[in-house]
Amino acid sequence: MFAKMYDWIDERLNITPIWRDIADYEVPAHVNPANKMSAFVYCFGGLTFLIIVTQILSGMFLALYYVPDIVNAYKSVDYITNEVLLGNIVRGMHFWGASLVIIMMFLHMLRVFFTGSYKAPRELNWVVGVLIFLVVMAFGFTGYLLPWDQKAYWATAVGTNIAGSVPIIGPYIRTLLVGGDTLGALTLTRFFAIHVFFLPAFLLVLLAAHFYMIRKQGISGPL
Amino acid sequence: MREDGVRPTKDRGLTRRQFLTYALGGTGAFMAASILAPLVTFSLDPLRRTSGSRFVEIGHVNDFNEDFPKLVNFKVNRTDGWNQGEATMTAWVIRKGGDILAMSPRCTHLGCQVAGSVDAAGNPVPSADGEWWFHCPCHGGRFTKYGINDPTRPPQRPLDVYEVKVENGKVLLGSIHQRTV
Repeated sequence: MFAKMYDWIDERLNITPIWRDIADYEVPAHVNPANKMSAFVYCFGGLTFLIIVTQILSGMFLALYYVPDIVNAYKSVDYITNEVLLGNIVRGMHFWGASLVIIMMFLHMLRVFFTGSYKAPRELNWVVGVLIFLVVMAFGFTGYLLPWDQKAYWATAVGTNIAGSVPIIGPYIRTLLVGGDTLGALTLTRFFAIHVFFLPAFLLVLLAAHFYMIRKQGISGPL
Repeated sequence: MREDGVRPTKDRGLTRRQFLTYALGGTGAFMAASILAPLVTFSLDPLRRTSGSRFVEIGHVNDFNEDFPKLVNFKVNRTDGWNQGEATMTAWVIRKGGDILAMSPRCTHLGCQVAGSVDAAGNPVPSADGEWWFHCPCHGGRFTKYGINDPTRPPQRPLDVYEVKVENGKVLLGSIHQRTV
């Protein structure tokens, strides 16, 4: 049945060449773990992406119950953790996945560094990679506040004060991050909006550029 | 069997390419399912939460008569996510052949609040519309004092009723359900 549905769409839109271009990609021998086990280091980038996808999915589902408001945020997180079916599993996926994204991303960066893959003509992709790194760190920083517990509150107090210590423009950066003088309702809504609307948009654009450049330039040669 | 020893495609059974496609697809599907299963279960949590039916006392049997329904407001405890609160419920209560009939004011067409025939002070009075005692302001639905609908108007079933219990003359109301006529 699916084959027939596919044929029906393909007859009209000729989609086969589109996905063939994406999926039928010959992996060079030196990055294939089947040839040499140590080539698994080339999987770190893809694994980072896999975890990012699960982060996006688990985040979407957490948003079914979470409320970014100083009265309800902690209560809703408590409700997710202790009341909702598999709530602590889904929250756990997002919590542990957050650390895992950063670990995998770092391993990926080390692989690119030690195989010299950042060298010409791939410098621009390294730059985009660094931007992705910054966006992911921003995800971590903004997401940390959302449970609105003591740890979240004081970690953000410290973080925003560090931002405030930048010469000259520091105080302005801090005010914009906090949304005023007091770390409170406006900080929470800001961090929530940045975490779930702004950063995902940046991240998806940067990832698209990152992947496009890999395809365009190919995987770097063997050492 | 061809001369070169290669069997024609048709009787090869599972080809290497097909096997690899299935193996890869199966692994991918398993990974996707292991991520999605807890997420979907998580989103289905409201299905296992029922509003529960605890009975609330609304008055004595003698507070109600056989002539006209009487409007009763009462409070029930309600859990709304992580919030606990009281919700105000409304019932039109009338006696019918010794039984208590407690009707929900929700129109059975699209859920507007039906109005009973009452005077300015809120006391039940005979309807100006003959046997039709409840009128819905939204689409002209109308019901008798026992909540029976006029089938020529939009609502196609009688007003829903509360579960009623009478204990030592006290009237208790439970959850709302549709009438089986």
